[in-house]
Amino acid sequence: MIFGRSERGKPPVEPVTLKILVAGGFGVGKTTLVGAVSEIRPLRTEELLTEAGRPVDDLSGVETKNTTTVAMDFGRITLREDLVLYLFGTPGQERFWFMWDELAEGALGAVVLADTRRLEDCFAAVDYFERRSIPFLVGVNCFEGAARYPADDIRRALDLDPDVPLLTGDARDRESVKTILIGVVQHAMAQAAQRRQTVTT
Amino acid sequence: MSADGEGRSPWFDDEAGPVVRPYAMTRGRTSSAAQHRLDLIAVVVTEPGADDPESDPTLSPEHVDIVERCREAPQTVAELAAELDLPIGVVRVLVGDLVDLESVHVNRPVPPAELPDESILRDVINGLRAL
Repeated sequence: MIFGRSERGKPPVEPVTLKILVAGGFGVGKTTLVGAVSEIRPLRTEELLTEAGRPVDDLSGVETKNTTTVAMDFGRITLREDLVLYLFGTPGQERFWFMWDELAEGALGAVVLADTRRLEDCFAAVDYFERRSIPFLVGVNCFEGAARYPADDIRRALDLDPDVPLLTGDARDRESVKTILIGVVQHAMAQAAQRRQTVTT
Repeated sequence: MSADGEGRSPWFDDEAGPVVRPYAMTRGRTSSAAQHRLDLIAVVVTEPGADDPESDPTLSPEHVDIVERCREAPQTVAELAAELDLPIGVVRVLVGDLVDLESVHVNRPVPPAELPDESILRDVINGLRAL
C-alpha cells in the first residue's frame, strides 16, 4: 500500500491486546453479544480438524466430510490506540474443548451466556472456567417470552460459587453488554487481588 | 470456506472443498518452530526494514499479503486468518516463516499469570464505560 510506505519513518502503534471469552450453548446469543459492542462486524476464524474417531455429529448433509471446521466468531473493541480488547465466541460443541484451552489461555475472563429455558446448555462452560480458575460471570440473556426467574434460583440451578457474579441483560443491547463486560473485568480484578493476598499471607 | 458461490463451474463446487487445499500453502507443514505459542491475539508487526516481499521469490502470495497488511497496521493472528480466509493453523505457519526471515515480529499478549496488572484492567473498565 502506497500510504503505508510513505509513512515508513513513523512506526505503527503496537497495541496491547486482551481477550474476553463468550461461552454458552448453541443459539444463546454469543455472536449477537459480540456484535452488539464490536466495532467491526464479527469476524470468523476457522480451523480445520480431521474427523478421526468422531463419527457422530449432527451436521446433516455433510456426513461424508472427513474434515470439519471449527468456527469462532470474534469482535474487536479499540479502547485506546494502544489497547485493544477482543471478544471471542467459543465454539459451542463440547468436543472442541481443546480449542477452548487455546482460547482461554491468557484470557482476561469470560462471560457464560445462559438462556433460562435451556440452563443445562451452559453447565459445561461453567464447569470449564471453574476448574481452570478463569474469572467468569454468568450473563442471563433475557429472551422475550422466556420466563424470568429470581437470580437465586438460577444460581442454585447452576450451582454457582457465591463469588461468581450473575447479571441479567440483553445480548442485543450495547449498554447491557457493556455492563456485562465491565462486570467481567471487575470480577477478574477482584479475583486477582484475592489471589495476591493468599500468596502474601 | 469460500468458493465463487455461483455454482456454475462444471468441475468443482463448495462441497468439494476449496480448490487449493489450505495446507498446500504451507507446503504441507502444520507447524513451524516459531509458531508455538502464537496466540490468536498475538500481534504481527512488519519490520520497518523488511525488504519488499514481492521481490522474494520464495514467498507465496499469502506471505506477501501478510507482510503488506501488517506494515500498514499491526494485526492479530485471528484477524489475519479472518481477512485472508485461511485457517488459523495455516496463518501460524506462514507467520512463523516470516518471523524466521525477520520480515515480521510478533508481540505476545500479556501472559495470564502476569495479568493482574491493575492499571491495565482499570484502563479496560474505563475504556468500556466510555464506549
